[in-house]
Amino acid sequence: MNRELESYLRVDRFPHMWCPGCGNGIVLGCLLRAVNELQLDQDKTVVVGGIGCSSRAVGYLDFNTLHTTHGRALAFATGIKLARPELNVIVITGDGDATAIGGNHFIHAARRNIDLTVLLFNNNIYGMTGGQYSPLTPIKRKATTAPYGTIEPNFDVSDLARSAGASYIGRGTTYHTSLLKGLIKDGIENKGFSLIEAVTACPTAYGRRNKMKDGAEMILWQKENAVNIKKAANMAPEELEGKIIIGELHRREAPEYTALYDDLIAELGQEGGGGSVTPLKGK
Amino acid sequence: MSNVLEMGRLMQGNEAVAEGALAAGVRFFAGYPITPSTEIAEIMSQRLPKMGGKFIQMEDEIASIAAIIGASLAGVKSLTATSGPGFSLMQENLGFAAMAEVPCVIVNVQRSGPSTGMPTAPAQGDVMQSRWGTHGDHPVIVLSPSSVREAYELSARAVNLSEKYRVPVILLLDEVVGHLREKVVLPAQGEMSIEARQGPRVAPDSYVPYRPGENGVPPMANFGEGYRYHVTGLAHNEAGAPSNDPVVAERLLRRLHDKITANLEDIILDDARFLEDAEIVVMAYGSTARSARHAVKSARQRGIKVGLYRPLTLWPFPEQKVLELAEGVKTIIIPEMNMGQYRLEVERVVGRRCDVKGVNRVHGELIKPEEIYNAILEVV
Repeated sequence: MNRELESYLRVDRFPHMWCPGCGNGIVLGCLLRAVNELQLDQDKTVVVGGIGCSSRAVGYLDFNTLHTTHGRALAFATGIKLARPELNVIVITGDGDATAIGGNHFIHAARRNIDLTVLLFNNNIYGMTGGQYSPLTPIKRKATTAPYGTIEPNFDVSDLARSAGASYIGRGTTYHTSLLKGLIKDGIENKGFSLIEAVTACPTAYGRRNKMKDGAEMILWQKENAVNIKKAANMAPEELEGKIIIGELHRREAPEYTALYDDLIAELGQEGGGGSVTPLKGK
Repeated sequence: MSNVLEMGRLMQGNEAVAEGALAAGVRFFAGYPITPSTEIAEIMSQRLPKMGGKFIQMEDEIASIAAIIGASLAGVKSLTATSGPGFSLMQENLGFAAMAEVPCVIVNVQRSGPSTGMPTAPAQGDVMQSRWGTHGDHPVIVLSPSSVREAYELSARAVNLSEKYRVPVILLLDEVVGHLREKVVLPAQGEMSIEARQGPRVAPDSYVPYRPGENGVPPMANFGEGYRYHVTGLAHNEAGAPSNDPVVAERLLRRLHDKITANLEDIILDDARFLEDAEIVVMAYGSTARSARHAVKSARQRGIKVGLYRPLTLWPFPEQKVLELAEGVKTIIIPEMNMGQYRLEVERVVGRRCDVKGVNRVHGELIKPEEIYNAILEVV
């Protein structure tokens, strides 16, 4: 391992709890490389997680870290960012955490365009509870709660974020690590709501039920089925059937929420008045 | 402005809650509209940005309490306000705040339930939920005002206690007190104190985030101030690392409770009238205590030896005080706008030491003084 990255880890918390073949460590490595290249101040960076395999990453990271309740990471992060806009706030979440139980918070955080960077580990399954289908499990896949195959269509979480108002969206995979690292860097640098969807393998709870025997085979699947957005622009829809489009998917200029809030406060301050409360004696 | 305050002003209970919290240093509010608490959010949305604070209307009550926990971790005193249905939604994250020891205040202006119930009608049906609403054994402090001035004072006190003990504090109003308007003289400068958060007194390298201080409460570092640590709702050791070790889990849970039970004298606040020679005592809280006071005064005028006991801290339960009452009186009468939730706790504590009688209404109207007066006459 790159020794330089060790300074971002709480190595005393290892061994981690992820299975052999799990892609989460690769995504985490991409995050740490991005943080390192940007030279983010660890004291001024907060990493918030929800509940699930991916969210457990926050416990291994040497930043201000917050492991919250299922689906609610973005709501906690919203409070942190509003209270201290100068902090870098990164949210680590999974497909179930962000788009099922946390779906409402996801679309509203995107709508506000609040400066949070969401790194969504998409392994297409609930891993920690043993393999139940999520809103990002593709149709006709097997899960412990879909023993005959799913009959529900899945979200395209990037489309969802774009419709809701996100100002930066990227998608990478655990095969395309250099790309993924770059997308995370761009997401952190974007002043607004950024989503980076990282397609990652869960051989234990998803792969082995869906004709992919191990982590290596799943990474090869990513290699063969991912199409860069630039290449995809010249491909017909039928050619893109079943493919995942990777790269920078969306970027727009939009005012950021906490900046707008600070402008409002400054404006009201100039008006004067109303700022005083009953003065009390400090202890 | 200070002259106006000295003379008194007409103020609503919900407004007093907002102003009391601001006076105690609250600078962040996240909430979701719900009757009969909405005025608190409206006032906060108007006041906070002018004070350099922040108000945000979240997408639901789950997000609201999550956001105030986040803001508190970043070092800003934080408040949310809701009513029954929203309070139900907040329960999971309330437990998170208790487990991770994040100071925050949750105002619940009780309305008639269960479910949507009668949204504009008063009730006191959330007394047990305020104590036991989230899953698992957890510490909590619950305060309940009876007047507009008390709403102001207890709102500030809730903020202070949450900071001092790193515990979620619930300010439990009922619709009557929330919407009551009366003339109040607010506490003058220096009459109330503000509790400052106790931060670490050691360098970041030596900081053990969940190691208790002398009062059983760990000093709290704010995010972004150089003390990097981990906060989780999982059972955790003193370093903040998740743990399934039975010894670690037991020690944590016991400490979370002990920091409250070891400081009952500081936390429990009450008010007693005419207890010296009382043979009967009416024990009441919230708006019901206003009717109770009226009934007790009327009975006293007729020479009936009846007193009034008002717990302002509902939880932790004022067990010692109630035991003392039970030793000295024949009957404790407890009027409540519920089926007898607080009475259950009184009965548990007094056993056979005295009689316990409830006056209970769940029809969405307040309990009238004569209903309590009649109950007093029945036991004379």
